[in-house]
Amino acid sequence: MNKTETMKTVYSHLTYAVWRIFLAGLLACMFATSANAALEIEISGGSAIQIPIAILPMAEPANSQKSRLHEIISNDLRGSGMFRIINTSGMPALPTNASQIKYTDWTALKAQGLSLGEVQQVGGNLKVSVQVMDVLRQTALLQLTYTVSPSQYRHVAHLIADQIYEKFTGQPGAFATRIAYVTKVGKRFTLQIADYDGFNAQTLVSSNEPIISPAWSPDGTKMAYVSFEKKKPIVFVQSLYTGERKVVANFKGNNSAPAWSPDGSKLAVVLTYGANSQIYTISADGSNLQQVTKSSSIDTEPAFSPDGQYIYFSSDRGGRPQIYKVPASGGSASRVTFEGGYNVSPRFSPDGKYLTYIRNDGGSFKVAVQDLGTGDVKLLSNGSLDESPTFAPNARTIMYATRAGGKGTLATVTVDGLVRQRLSEAGGDIREPAWGPAQAAPK
Amino acid sequence: MNKSIWTIAALALVLTACKSTPMNPAKVEDSSVTRPMANAKDSNADSSANTDKINIKTVDVDTSKDELSAAELAKRQVFFDYDSDAIREEYKSLIANHAKYLVAHPQTKVVLQGNTDERGTHEYNLALGQRRSVAVKNALNVLGVNDSQIETVSYGEERAKANCADDGCFQQDRRVDIVYAGQ
Repeated sequence: MNKTETMKTVYSHLTYAVWRIFLAGLLACMFATSANAALEIEISGGSAIQIPIAILPMAEPANSQKSRLHEIISNDLRGSGMFRIINTSGMPALPTNASQIKYTDWTALKAQGLSLGEVQQVGGNLKVSVQVMDVLRQTALLQLTYTVSPSQYRHVAHLIADQIYEKFTGQPGAFATRIAYVTKVGKRFTLQIADYDGFNAQTLVSSNEPIISPAWSPDGTKMAYVSFEKKKPIVFVQSLYTGERKVVANFKGNNSAPAWSPDGSKLAVVLTYGANSQIYTISADGSNLQQVTKSSSIDTEPAFSPDGQYIYFSSDRGGRPQIYKVPASGGSASRVTFEGGYNVSPRFSPDGKYLTYIRNDGGSFKVAVQDLGTGDVKLLSNGSLDESPTFAPNARTIMYATRAGGKGTLATVTVDGLVRQRLSEAGGDIREPAWGPAQAAPK
Repeated sequence: MNKSIWTIAALALVLTACKSTPMNPAKVEDSSVTRPMANAKDSNADSSANTDKINIKTVDVDTSKDELSAAELAKRQVFFDYDSDAIREEYKSLIANHAKYLVAHPQTKVVLQGNTDERGTHEYNLALGQRRSVAVKNALNVLGVNDSQIETVSYGEERAKANCADDGCFQQDRRVDIVYAGQ
């Protein structure tokens, strides 16, 4: 990855304050990931209010991890846009337990929070003990202990970051979560699952034919997706842990756009037979097919509302593509989007408060978010071919596919539009992100 | 009756032999299974006066292949304008040639694969590509081709060229490919 180029493109968006954070972040990033940068985080933009916090290095036995726990936690919190990570490199003493803290050092740096701790080797496991202090009150806000296998090293950092995030913002974090996405390298397509920051990627399926539209089951144990391996789009459901793979929809014509019902019992799919794309529901085992939309237009990209009552979808029934909703059991559709001449790919925030979708804004495809309470719409992204928006389980961040340097990559943006990050991989083309549910998955 | 049984038996033998050929199995299967089956039935239809030998001629397969590779059937791409599924005047004769062949070979099947350029979302483009393949199907239907011979599918933007900079490039992606079963 060419750092100079990246800095040039990002530079113009930075205010002075954010520039300092960015530099610190870049340094941390270079130290942390220069050996093997799977996916890097670049921040462009900044939130108005950021909580100043110091994340101190923990006392750790020697290990082969490329990033240390405090670096991973810092990256998580910084990327959320809600925290300003205080640079501690100039500090003479870095405590690793609460009794060593000289609070005046940290009030001088205007730190509100201070995270510190240690890692012990216990048999083959790691015992991670963390304390997070309220610097002004000189009290402990969090005392956390995790005993995990060394392979859970990054996961523990994300769990700690989630706890810190929730303690200071009052909202749950979404760092210990996973994403699915499709990569194309040469002519090879792979469906991968990785941590939300792109690390620990594992391949679920690989094929010489396209794979699109991955969709997590609500319990996080299965993935629905569309594979062209039989020279036509067919909907599969694959169990993440057993590898069991089932055809859910393979009818004449196209079978695509799977979307799970909130209870995981069925999927909305798009079938064509010999005509235009229409929305159906089908049980997760492939039985009980029911037609939901009946139009002579394109009806596609279904998404269940979180209460399961409605299916939102894209349709050109009014001429240009717009988003509509229809009762999940069928019935008449009503229009949802009215601004802009082209709105597609609706996806809900898990709390049901927001709808994100793609708007064609004068020839550029951008991520939009609509507050379903007020109807307000904001454009959040600045690419020209942005696609596939997907909400974090805490509804705070949206991930989407964008293009940079002539290839597909993933990016995130906070719902307020203030912080954008790009996750860029060294080779190939990344697209079709799907953010997994909040449930901690077995590993 | 006897004759057709022999025909089928002989064909089966030929096919089994073909299938075990250890070269590029996908291709072998494609050309040996699908095409001769279609032609076996074709020739059965008018075989009452003929001998067994004529019925099992593998030449039938080759003849059919020659026919399909003839100049007027070799063109199998129909291109479209941006955001349009209207068949352009210049492709009407191409479609008519394929319709004529499919009407004459009612056992032959064809897949119409719709495609779009990369602008827009994957699933919406899949639906747009489908609309194009349906437009070609409708044109074939009008000329007498049976629905059971046609499957319309879409690749959407999945086979689009990466990083097109102008419409000359995008234009190449906005098309329907006519793909004969077994080819």
